[in-house]
Amino acid sequence: MALPEQAPAAARPAPLALRRATLADREGALGRLLMAPAFLYVILLVGIPFVLAILLSFSGARSGSLAFSWVGLYHFATIIRDDQFQRTLVNTLIFTVVSQILVMILATTAANVLEAAFVGKRAVRMVLLLPWAVPVSLATMAWAWIFDSTFSVINWTLRAGGLMKGWIYWLGDTELAMAAIIIIHVWRMFPFATVVLLAGLTAIPTEIREAAVIDGASFWRRLFQVNLPLLLPVVAVAVLFGVVFTSTDLSVVYLLTRGGPYNSTHVLSSLAFQRGILGGDLGQGAAIALFLLPALVLVAIGLLRLARRSEVGG
Amino acid sequence: MRPRRVVVILKRIALYATAGFFTLLSIFPFYWMLVTAFKEDNDLYVAGTVRDHIPWIFNEPPTLEHYQYLLGDTAYLVWVRNTLLVGAAVVVITLLLAVPAGYALARLTGRIPPTLLFIPFSRVVSVLGLQNSLWALVLVYPTFTIPFCTWLLMGFFRSIPRDIEEQAMIDGYSRLAAIRIVVLPLAMSGVLTAAFFSFALVMQDFVYALTFISSVGKMTVSLGIPVALFRDVFNWGAMMAAALITSVPIAIVYNLFIDRFIAGLTTGAVKG
Repeated sequence: MALPEQAPAAARPAPLALRRATLADREGALGRLLMAPAFLYVILLVGIPFVLAILLSFSGARSGSLAFSWVGLYHFATIIRDDQFQRTLVNTLIFTVVSQILVMILATTAANVLEAAFVGKRAVRMVLLLPWAVPVSLATMAWAWIFDSTFSVINWTLRAGGLMKGWIYWLGDTELAMAAIIIIHVWRMFPFATVVLLAGLTAIPTEIREAAVIDGASFWRRLFQVNLPLLLPVVAVAVLFGVVFTSTDLSVVYLLTRGGPYNSTHVLSSLAFQRGILGGDLGQGAAIALFLLPALVLVAIGLLRLARRSEVGG
Repeated sequence: MRPRRVVVILKRIALYATAGFFTLLSIFPFYWMLVTAFKEDNDLYVAGTVRDHIPWIFNEPPTLEHYQYLLGDTAYLVWVRNTLLVGAAVVVITLLLAVPAGYALARLTGRIPPTLLFIPFSRVVSVLGLQNSLWALVLVYPTFTIPFCTWLLMGFFRSIPRDIEEQAMIDGYSRLAAIRIVVLPLAMSGVLTAAFFSFALVMQDFVYALTFISSVGKMTVSLGIPVALFRDVFNWGAMMAAALITSVPIAIVYNLFIDRFIAGLTTGAVKG
């Protein structure tokens, strides 16, 4: 390798024309060399476990033993017929889609507000970022306390405001528990989407917007026919991240409801954890987790396409 | 007043109302942490059905007892230490690998999220004999911090004009020297941003820590606080005290870095 001998010379101006061209000057080779460590790390520690995940899903592996028996499609056949699994699949879909729709509505509104000039804007933006910055497991505990079955502050406020007479058991009822899970996901994801959209809005050339205003376009027309189309790539970033974070999250369901009441709020990740790690059936757990793959492949393709756009557009 | 002026005033009111709504929505759980963390137990545990006991305010003077309990009688400080150790190791590994890769303008795999991999990782970790060891976390966290930071750094490196580097090379520096002397100092804010977000991602993780770590003394904050703080009884005061004291520092630093983070993340999506 020519790299080490080249390094010391770099500290002072190199004598012209005396230096031989080294490996480091060949761009292709250098590029590969710089990429190699990161690439190897990720291939070794993501690629291999990923292959292992697929192998495990075809195996009868259980935790505690290293035996590896081939069972073919047994796990897939089992879980597809399993009511609990079907419910879990639908839940994952509902949580992801509903929360992303709500996130985009809230974030579009918040980004438009934050774009305007007003007193206290910086402070509002700072506060808005808090939900995204806090570790999700800690935020979930705060919400668990807010939704507490005896001490819920929401219930007290609703009753004090005369909006309700009885008592709501947020986490004791399937629909309400699902609503609670969605509330946490929305609360946590909308700040991120807001900031990303805001960055996109600020990047739209002012001439385009002024032209739209001068031409007499209404607010809604400007929003739907000027801003949103120009924002589409940025919206894509926000949605892709939102989908990944929501569909794969384990902590909210695990800490808030543990999949309850009556296993009605499980998502793929929490069910995979329950069956694969707690239940010890690694094979079935891996098979359940693999159902997240199609969504994630779509997300990966989306991100790669964005990346390619940026290469062309510079 | 002319109608036009009324419209302007109404618009301002709507703007402040919406901004107020988002502020309240964001801050409400943190306010609730704050109130809970400093309330006396007998002020805290009053059923929500008791109408004249207002839970939003301190009905009795604030107390430090929950913090005394948290810092004196729980493993909280050990969890903080574990988090800092793992975080520091992960930041070092990530920067060593992601800075060169980011420079090489690489796109590695899309970020493969933990959920797909925690089960096979549990097997890998047990084969390596790393169950219940902080090393398991140090080994595994870079699998998501490296792709993420490579992506981020790529954006930063791209924003540095090529000409500067080429000028240095015309002056006789090798490319590696040009990188070290010209590019890296210019990318310093990007490298700091990547370092901070590696650490933030470590703090965010719950699933790997839950899968690999079983003893209380080995936990990180985001695992220990939710699963090991309550022992025999619920202690929401201490729980919220821990959540608050852990979130506030990271939230403050987040605000310092967020603009650069978004700039790096959306390079390409935002067209200049």
